[in-house]
Amino acid sequence: MRGRPLSPHLQIYRPQLTSVLSILHRLTGLALVAGTGLLVYWLWSAAAGEAAYACAQRLIGSWLGRLVLFGWSFSLFYHFSNGLRHLLWDTGRGLSLPVARAAGWAVVVLSVALTLGAWIAGYAMRGGGV
Amino acid sequence: MTAPSGYRSVLSRVRHLGSAKDGVHHWWMQRLTSVALALLTLWFVPSVVALVGADRAAVLAWLGSPATVALLALTIVAVFHHAQLGMQVVIDDYVPDEDWRLLAQIVVKLAAVLMAAAALSALAFAAFKG
Repeated sequence: MRGRPLSPHLQIYRPQLTSVLSILHRLTGLALVAGTGLLVYWLWSAAAGEAAYACAQRLIGSWLGRLVLFGWSFSLFYHFSNGLRHLLWDTGRGLSLPVARAAGWAVVVLSVALTLGAWIAGYAMRGGGV
Repeated sequence: MTAPSGYRSVLSRVRHLGSAKDGVHHWWMQRLTSVALALLTLWFVPSVVALVGADRAAVLAWLGSPATVALLALTIVAVFHHAQLGMQVVIDDYVPDEDWRLLAQIVVKLAAVLMAAAALSALAFAAFKG
């Protein structure tokens, strides 16, 4: 392994949209894996009883819980949107640089819009209360 | 190119990490689960957003529907299948030591099954006993 060239050479590699979105796909995937713990905990607490569920609600509803949930929801929407871009590539379409870049920006816009939309809808669902 | 595979043992094919004739299986399952998850996400996200701030009774009422149980069970299985496929690639890429890599793969695969079992068990209890 030693002495072999590594690619991309991160010290001299200038980040660009496509490469940043690529590593972000992997990072959000890892974040989603961590987030499954929260999902399982929430389901488990609902099965366990009133006290356990109330505890989970308090934890998830705290500012830290909401921050984690916000990051998790963005990760989900980003991984979802960019996953669609990957599936498009898998059909052999959209592989030219201009299309890959345009689809990349579309992924950024879509994932931010979906995240904000979901949170606005979530707060509206609570009747505007915090 | 290579000798007819019928003349070679399975062991000889995989010994030096060469082809074991399942080259596209991982890739294909990752894509298949991603298509399933893209569709399930369209159901999952609005459902969970509608449950923001909901008390346990509302969650149990949601889990009490056969459609919810079926879709959530599918989501859980697809999520953890997809997650362990993705984690496998990340570990292959970033853990150069063979022993640690093997250990990490075992932990990830078993953890994925454990988490899926926990989620399905919680779902069953909440749906049928809650």
